[in-house]
Amino acid sequence: MESLTNRKKVVSDKPMTFVEKLYIPAILKGMMVTFKHMLKRRKTVKYPEETREFAPIYRGMHVLKRDEQGRENCTACGLCAVACPAEAITMTSAERTKDQAHLYREEKYAVTYEINMLRCIFCGLCEEACPKEAVFLTDRLVPTQFERGEFIYGKDKLVEPLDGRIDITKRQFTGKRTNV
Amino acid sequence: METFYWIDKLVLVVLLFVISLGIAAYQTYFERKLAAWIQDRVGPDRAGPFGILQPIADGVKMFMKEDFTPSNADRWLFILGPGIAMFTSLITSAIIPWGPNLHLFGREISLQVAEINIGILFAFGIISIGVYGIMIGGWASNNKYSLFGAIRASSQMISYELAMGISAITIIMISGSLDLREIVESQHGINWNIWYQPVAFIVFFICALAETNRAPFDLPECENELIGGYHTEYSSMKLGLFLFSEYVAMFVSSAIMAILFFGGYNFPGMDAFKDSPNLLAILGIAVFFVKIFLLIFVFMWIRWTIPRFRFDQLMHLGWKVLIPIALVNMLVTGFVVAFYHQWF
Repeated sequence: MESLTNRKKVVSDKPMTFVEKLYIPAILKGMMVTFKHMLKRRKTVKYPEETREFAPIYRGMHVLKRDEQGRENCTACGLCAVACPAEAITMTSAERTKDQAHLYREEKYAVTYEINMLRCIFCGLCEEACPKEAVFLTDRLVPTQFERGEFIYGKDKLVEPLDGRIDITKRQFTGKRTNV
Repeated sequence: METFYWIDKLVLVVLLFVISLGIAAYQTYFERKLAAWIQDRVGPDRAGPFGILQPIADGVKMFMKEDFTPSNADRWLFILGPGIAMFTSLITSAIIPWGPNLHLFGREISLQVAEINIGILFAFGIISIGVYGIMIGGWASNNKYSLFGAIRASSQMISYELAMGISAITIIMISGSLDLREIVESQHGINWNIWYQPVAFIVFFICALAETNRAPFDLPECENELIGGYHTEYSSMKLGLFLFSEYVAMFVSSAIMAILFFGGYNFPGMDAFKDSPNLLAILGIAVFFVKIFLLIFVFMWIRWTIPRFRFDQLMHLGWKVLIPIALVNMLVTGFVVAFYHQWF
């Protein structure tokens, strides 16, 4: 029968011939193999200097989006926290006062919004659950830390900065949900 | 004249010391680079451009580590072990003729620290003392693994010293001298001993691998059975000296092999430089070092190709294969030399 890979080898225990007993041809053969590997191109990606290319739908670090006028989209409805299978998201909400109208799009907003990056499994269900296009996963990586506490990301790290907007138009759930 | 002689020798000794330690340091770098290339990796590349400062970083690390002596260890022998290992590796370089004589400041300067006429015997004597460093270090650690490593090292050394010596005897017979300088001079141009004694070279090379405790014969320090063998209990720069002495020994034994089999500083077409001895000397030194580096490369190449021997296989190879081959080779060479000189 034809084997699956066509690399099947018949094993035999016949006594070695004189040339085989010398071992030197076999050793030279092995050395040629290693020499060929020496000349091969390296596949290493030197991480901090160069990064791998990410797919546009890569699920990395979250971002809390602002709208076109720079107001936070999040209304602290808590649907993301409910949807989260790892229970990584917590938030507290408050009512917007009149003079905060330029800061928050909805009348209710999130005072604190925390994602524990050690709990998060980057499944993207929060993104899917969000009715306000507020939370998205991006192609950025969560950097390593030495302390566990540093992995609880608050609004300071999650909300997108006004001067460095993050493009999420290529994502699956950019969801221009006209029927909301 | 006498003072100049001593100044020359002193400068040469200091130079040799620096060069052999520097080369040993960069051998560690190239060993790691080569291992990486063979395994399709990049290797150390963080310290300086291409990781060129890695040996210095390693050295600093070795010095900064805690220097720990086990409470049950013999304190003095524990220090003596790495000392002997390093001393014996370094002192062998004294007898090696590094190049033809230089003509500087109106006098002839020999590039050989000690011109002793039994050079090769001295080399063998010192190399076999080298095992005392490992033996004493392993014994003084008062640790079973270390002792195993030490015993393995000594039995391996005894077994392979024989075949090594016998294959060197053929070279002595051909060149008719024990003096390393004369052995080199007898291989003028490309008249190298390797063309006459390929078998002796192969035996000698395998034995040199075993003598310097390099893979596939690195049984004394076998990481996965003996947790480092004789240097299990060592830390800090004492460990550094042990590891370093291995690289110095590799450098020196490559030099000895280059002298015995590859004509030392001789190279084809060297007669063209007869009129300018200094140029000849510089070229000779360069050629000699190229030969040494190629041999070191082969040492490393083999290390990252072949798996380690089992101990019984090691003994089998040493006593039942290499020694008979070396003996037969010696006999045949003896007859040929005798016929050549018409002693019959």
